[in-house]
This record gives sequence, structure tokens and C-alpha cells, in this order.
Amino acid sequence: MAEKQITDEHIALMKDVLIQHVPHARALNMNVVNAKRNEAWLSVPYDERFIGNPETGVIHGGVITSLLDNACGIAVQLALPERLSIATLDLRLDYMKPATPKLDLTGHAHCYKVTKNIAFVRGTAYHTDENDPIATCVGTFMLAANRATPMPISPEAAAEAEAILKQNVDTSGGEKA
Amino acid sequence: MSAKQVPDINAFMQRIPYARFLGITVDQRGNEITTVMHFSETLIGNPVLPALHGGTIGAFLEITAIAQLAFEAGTGPLPKPIGLTIDYLRSGRPMDTYGRATITKQGRRVATVHAEAWQDDRSRPIAAAHGHFLLHPADEPAGS
Repeated sequence: MAEKQITDEHIALMKDVLIQHVPHARALNMNVVNAKRNEAWLSVPYDERFIGNPETGVIHGGVITSLLDNACGIAVQLALPERLSIATLDLRLDYMKPATPKLDLTGHAHCYKVTKNIAFVRGTAYHTDENDPIATCVGTFMLAANRATPMPISPEAAAEAEAILKQNVDTSGGEKA
Repeated sequence: MSAKQVPDINAFMQRIPYARFLGITVDQRGNEITTVMHFSETLIGNPVLPALHGGTIGAFLEITAIAQLAFEAGTGPLPKPIGLTIDYLRSGRPMDTYGRATITKQGRRVATVHAEAWQDDRSRPIAAAHGHFLLHPADEPAGS
């Protein structure tokens, strides 16, 4: 089955749907910079409020945790055959080098496997070159984790997102675990 | 019995802009510390439930581990995280979150730390983490 192209418009909508309804993502000025099936790229601009070491100006690892957790969550949403609520089960982060002060962070997450209950994701945080990572992560997400309707909260945006996801997310790779 | 000089961990942690951004303080009683992440709307990840953002919980556990290391190993250079594994056990509700950490092993360069976060019931943690921290970073430090 051919994968339908997710257009810039769709990405703009994803951004709206998957980021603007997340207060903590807004607090970090997080942006979706790119998205496609199973994958998402998010960025967090450098901000002095996020400094973890006042002597060096290096961003705190927790910001990277939030960035990668959120990127992984979106990658999972973009890998699902339907809108489901998801919850992080575990997330392992490895820090390779400190972030460089004043530079923005990018987080790229790839959901490489979805089973009936669990989605498996890995991600990388970097400045400009993904092959020179600041941190990497692997995580698992529980699907249909709770009874709440999946994000977003506004019914119009939810309907819109659902339509787009249905038409764009190829389910032929879906697995039964 | 002469009182040992006890470092003020809350003051130490308030120097970290990101700890202030998340609204984290340290409650220090005798030889124990408890970190507190004071609830604010900006910590929410899922407004439908609502639930705290997984990233804020992970960051809180990392800061809890760093506070414990500062408390026990001294308020010198900040320890740098090498790796951190976070288990999300329950969704974090929109209320204050508390954290405690224990140093499982402290070597000369690396410490292994376990941290737990809970809300209204200590016996029902919302998340736990274990991680490795570089204590006295050499020229090639790990992250953070």
C-alpha cells in the first residue's frame, strides 16, 4: 500500500494538534519542525531559564527528557492506525555530551514497532548533526492507556486530526501482538 | 557533640535556573531531604486527564538524584548524568509531587542513584528512575 504524503499543511495541523494542547510543550517553546509516518522532529530553542549548570550555561538534561519524551509520543501517534491515548511506560536516556550553550535543540524520534498494546520508540537529541548526538533514548509507550479521549481537547481539532491521521497513516504494517 | 556543617541544598538547587523553572524546592529535615515539584499548569502534558508531562517527571527525578548527590557527596561541581532510566508507574495528577533518592553506589567517579516520585501516597509512586552520574567530570564530560 502506497504511503500517502503528509503535506506541510498536515504538519502544521499536527503541530497545532499535538503541541499546542500540551501546556508543558508550550512552556518550553517546543515546535514540531518535521513529521512523517512513524517519525517526528521537534525543537526547543535555547532559553536561559532551562540552564542546568549556571557556571557553564549548559541546558539541563531534563529539557532533553521532555523534548525526547514528547517527540517519541508524537512519533507513536503518527505510527498508530487510529487515535489512541498513549502513556510513557519507560524511557531510557543516555547523555553523550553536554548541549552547547546558545544553540537550539532538535529531537528526532522514530517509532519502529507497534504491537497491540505497546509502541517501541527510539530518539536522538542534537543541534544540527544527528550523527553527533547530545543524547539518545529508547522508550516504550502503552497504547489505549486510559479512558480519556486522545489529545487534543477541542472536538473540532480532534475530528480534523483524526481525519488526517486516518487518511495519511498507512496501517498495512500494523502488528498484532 | 559538635554539629556537622550541613549544606543548604535548597539554596544550592535554587541556583539552577531549570529547577526554578519547574518549581522545584528541597525540604531538608535532619539527615533527609525531600524534593518537591510544586504544581503549576505549565507542567501538564495531557490536559484531557489531566496528567503531568512525562518529561517533567523525568526531569524532577533527575534533579532529585542530583540534590541527593549534592547532599551526600558535597556541593561542589554539579554531577553530570550519564544515563537515566525512567519507569512511569502511574499518571501524575495535577498536584504537588515529592521525590526521594538513594545513592545505591558511590564510586570515585561514578555514582549510581535510584529515585522515586510520589504524590499523596508514598506507597504508590508515580515514577521511579535509576541513573549513573559522573561526579568529578574529567575533560570529556557527559551531558547536562
